[in-house]
Amino acid sequence: MYNFEFAKPGSVADAVSALGEDEAQALGGGQTLIPTLKQRLASPSTLVSLTGIADMVGISDAGGVMTIGGATTHAAVAAGGGAYPALAAMASHIGDPAVRNRGTVGGSLANNDPSACYPCGALASGATIVTNAREIAADDYFQGMFTTALEEGEIVTSVKFPIPERANYQKFVQPASRFALVGVMVAKHADGVRVAVTGASEGGVFRWTEAEEALNGNYSADAIDGLNASADGMIGDMHGTPEYRAHLIKVLTKRAVAAS
Amino acid sequence: MPKDNGIGASSKRREDVRFLTGKGQYTDDINVYGQTYVHFLRSDVAHGQINGIDTTAAAAMPGVVRIFTGADFEGIGGLPCGWQVTDRHGEAMQEPGHPVLCQGKARHVGDPIAAVVAESAEEARDAAAAIEVDMTELPAVIDMAAALAEGSTKVHDDLTSNLCYDWGFVEENKAAVDEAIAGAHHVTTLELTNQRLVANPMEPRVALGDYNAANEEHTLYTTSQNPHVIRLLMGAFVLGIPEHKLRVVAPDVGGGFGTKIFHYAEEAFCTFAAKAVGRPVKWTSSRSEAFMSDAHGRDHVTKIDLAMDENGKFLAVRTDTMANMGAYLSTFAPSVPTWLHGTLMAGNYTTPLIYVNVKAVFTNTVPVDAYRGAGRPEATYQLERVIDKAAREMGIDPIELRRRNFIQPDQYPYATPVAVEYDTGNYEATMAKLEEIGDIAGFAARRAESEARGKLRGFGVNCYIEACGIAPSNLVGQLGARAGLYDAATVRVNATGSISVMVGAHSHGQGHETTFPQVVAEMLGIDESMIDIVHGDSSKIPFGMGTYGSRSLAVCGSAMVRATEKIINKAKKIAAHLMEAAEGDVELANGQFTVAGTDKSVAWGDVTLAAYVPHNYPLEDIEPGLEETAFYDPANFTYPAGAYCCEVEVDPDTGKVEIMSFAAADDFGNVINPMIVEGQVHGGLAQGIGQALLENCVYDENGQLLSGSYMDYAMPRADDVPCYVVDHSCATPCTHNPLGVKGCGEAGAIGSPPSVVNAVIDALHSGGHTHVTHIDMPVSPSRVWQAVHGG
Amino acid sequence: MTDVKMTVNGKERSGSVEGRTLLVNFLRDDLRLTGTHVGCDTSQCGACVVHVNGKAVKACTMLAAEADGAEVATIEGMANADGSLGVIQQAFQDHHGLQCGFCTPGMVMSAAALLAENANPTEQEIREYLEGNICRCTGYHNIVKAIQAAAANGSAVAAE
Repeated sequence: MYNFEFAKPGSVADAVSALGEDEAQALGGGQTLIPTLKQRLASPSTLVSLTGIADMVGISDAGGVMTIGGATTHAAVAAGGGAYPALAAMASHIGDPAVRNRGTVGGSLANNDPSACYPCGALASGATIVTNAREIAADDYFQGMFTTALEEGEIVTSVKFPIPERANYQKFVQPASRFALVGVMVAKHADGVRVAVTGASEGGVFRWTEAEEALNGNYSADAIDGLNASADGMIGDMHGTPEYRAHLIKVLTKRAVAAS
Repeated sequence: MPKDNGIGASSKRREDVRFLTGKGQYTDDINVYGQTYVHFLRSDVAHGQINGIDTTAAAAMPGVVRIFTGADFEGIGGLPCGWQVTDRHGEAMQEPGHPVLCQGKARHVGDPIAAVVAESAEEARDAAAAIEVDMTELPAVIDMAAALAEGSTKVHDDLTSNLCYDWGFVEENKAAVDEAIAGAHHVTTLELTNQRLVANPMEPRVALGDYNAANEEHTLYTTSQNPHVIRLLMGAFVLGIPEHKLRVVAPDVGGGFGTKIFHYAEEAFCTFAAKAVGRPVKWTSSRSEAFMSDAHGRDHVTKIDLAMDENGKFLAVRTDTMANMGAYLSTFAPSVPTWLHGTLMAGNYTTPLIYVNVKAVFTNTVPVDAYRGAGRPEATYQLERVIDKAAREMGIDPIELRRRNFIQPDQYPYATPVAVEYDTGNYEATMAKLEEIGDIAGFAARRAESEARGKLRGFGVNCYIEACGIAPSNLVGQLGARAGLYDAATVRVNATGSISVMVGAHSHGQGHETTFPQVVAEMLGIDESMIDIVHGDSSKIPFGMGTYGSRSLAVCGSAMVRATEKIINKAKKIAAHLMEAAEGDVELANGQFTVAGTDKSVAWGDVTLAAYVPHNYPLEDIEPGLEETAFYDPANFTYPAGAYCCEVEVDPDTGKVEIMSFAAADDFGNVINPMIVEGQVHGGLAQGIGQALLENCVYDENGQLLSGSYMDYAMPRADDVPCYVVDHSCATPCTHNPLGVKGCGEAGAIGSPPSVVNAVIDALHSGGHTHVTHIDMPVSPSRVWQAVHGG
Repeated sequence: MTDVKMTVNGKERSGSVEGRTLLVNFLRDDLRLTGTHVGCDTSQCGACVVHVNGKAVKACTMLAAEADGAEVATIEGMANADGSLGVIQQAFQDHHGLQCGFCTPGMVMSAAALLAENANPTEQEIREYLEGNICRCTGYHNIVKAIQAAAANGSAVAAE
């Protein structure tokens, strides 16, 4: 790693201030950022740890919405996200136990890895990403692989997850990284079904709207039978072709519906 | 009741205590006062002409001690290759130079161009980034067939082509084999790839060089399976340091699997640089660096033909292989696709005619050398896959087809048509044992249960044989080895009767510190706890060749037995003197010397004390002291063999394969410590399953490594593998070494891949996908899906 | 440089670290606790697993400065007070759950974390919990057996 200064503010305001420094970068649990720094793919002047901000840790549940602090770990969501079981189950399969003890919701969403689970969970949930400055709807937040609506120095302080009537996340793991080769979350909300897909697209997480329409008419796995996800724009690599990923989207969507 | 001491006891491993408490001493745990750290600037292109290197800015960076480039190694020897293969026309292989740091050209991603020595590892890396390399990227040669094509870019300008050798074996059989295949009732043909793998011991490589100017002594601490081999190669061929001024220490080593056999540039660099800068120099590989600097394994592309008569009797085998050498010849690379591969093509069968052709090819990739099994997995995989395909084509049960062709127990010693002589074995016995422990009769019911859950269940079986205990020195010398392959042990009995045994073998997971004392304890009738093993330090141990090829017990253990026999002979002379008896009447049992037919006895400790305090001692006949050394050169290879089976479930929707069970029936000859032997098999099975389903080292067409970390190179994890059922009760002891042992370290990795792939094909056929006759490893979900659906 | 202070295996330890100093480097290089190993650089192999405030974490993917004020437990603190092997360590020896020993400290620390969460895990739960710990030697069979045996011996109380 290139060297950097380390700061660990105790409040969001202090963190925002620290991130105003030139080349300062926020550090969540570091489970992606630290390996990236080891490869010298980034050279921040200061890393601003968000793990010391008590206001950004915790899970609450009110009015059909589960709100998770941005610095809450995956392990905490897995253990304490009982109000939204599908999301807790998703969190319980991110990385491995040690990674889950450090990695955070905010860190995952800020990074927006195209194979990460949380972007899928947020998009399918119709979540609202709350920052120090504003609230951003998930549909507006994800803007392609490793790209989000966050401005320089903006921090994900919490995420509001509307709790669906039924939901399920199906993760088909890439055997090496254990990220999602393809992951699909299906969430049936009172106002309609949302189907989000991670791991598959070169554009990052996306909604499979054809499936949503089909499921809005008939919420059953059979409703997907006549559909085929397009391989256009899907990732092709040593672990799977675009066609294979497109195929998995369909298989996993059906399974998620059946299991929801 | 099971034994609790000596041969056959599952003694708990004494080395475990230090590993379990964090007290292991691995190379990276060693720090020498004043040490510096080196970072290697490695090529990021697969093939490049180095026009110039400007280190000015880097040299001014904080903490930099000195920067080295290829120019500093002009006139210094390159890394030697330890095996010269002669091709089918009687010509020696093409052998390129292999400089410590690139001389004018980089030939693979990861080839070291420069080295920064600095006060800290991070400072060295900071400065390496500031080195300016003026490099012209050249076309890279990655694919082996393209590398052999007329007019291909050459990896080495001074060679005539990218062909290292074109080996034919046995060349005299070629015409007869071709004729038999042309006229056979049925010929089954299979084209397959044995993919490139990365050994990935969990401890990355480390080298720490130190130099004492006062007595001109070099010390190298290194993650090696064979410190004496490194001392010989590096001292004599690279740096010109005489043995008595060079000490090589391989302390606790965190796994090897072959890739820590070889002499590497970083070892030579740290030894050289420590003298040049006057301070110790340490290199610790990162895992990412390991992927582009550890020798890789396998990487064969093969076509095999199996000819049979109408009863399925094997008539001939013909196999053509392209074997990737990578950009340079690693230490034992040429031997792997030839003598460790072609000689095993008879397998467990009576096939009378065999011809093996191997073309070894240079490409702009990391060098390829031995990885657990080394040549034998490649032989086993192609043979056992083609037999499986043949069984399907002939409509014969795959176990029955194998049985029809087994070498029978009354045929030993059995000379194969590929130059080796199996001393002993019983393949029917291990197959029968496998049918029992694998509950093969119950498969149909399990398949029905899987199908009820929407899964396709398949059963796969295979046999294997390997040649271990490498090797008779005079034989391997004729075959091109540039070293002897004996081993050595010194048994030092101390005055009070405790014993230190210095061995040439090296333990990096195999448990020698536990098993070797079991042997000596058994021979002397004393407790294991009185015996310690010393290994891994060239200044303490006799000249032995180290640990690889499942050879430690068969070769070094035999040396230890011979040395212990010398101890017993001498101790009996002393005991005879003490008891005033004839030497021929003295017996040793349970640590007591007795005289047959009398009540005279003298304890082990009294004899050993007399050897060192020789007041009442036959000084006119024998010397004081009790220490003996033996070198053991084996008369033949050993031939472990067995039968394995695997059951898989395939998810027809996703193509995902799950291993439901794996059973292994092995013949390792005699077994010293059953617990450790079973552990060795377990580990080998996981590596074989890893090869079959998960692991793949992939380059793109430009020579960039796509699987350069654990993010893309899929290591088997706990939830990828099952609990294994293993058995080693069908033992036919080796006939030519004193312990009757054969070796168990590689069997699991050699014997398991074909069973897994055979099982997947069987599962797909059960689902009606009978057009799928082969899927190359790793049999990943996407490959299964593509095989079924095309596309 | 940042000053850090933490409790490591029950003892107050302090030092001065760069921003980029990882917890594993602080343990290995500054405190000379070399039982914690580094086997990869992508946070996957788990040879570096230690406990921070009672939770298993990968010490190669946590800055030393982040552990300021924390309770850290490493393999060196896992033996009984009299120096004998703890229940999990003893189970690993009894069941041959290690070969080269390099992944072993991380395996033992993960096993301890598992048993603290789940005193009686099934084989499948053990295998899934070890997802972040790679062993190249044992094929995992005997590691699973060792953890099952440790669970049967009630190791959870001895885990910290």
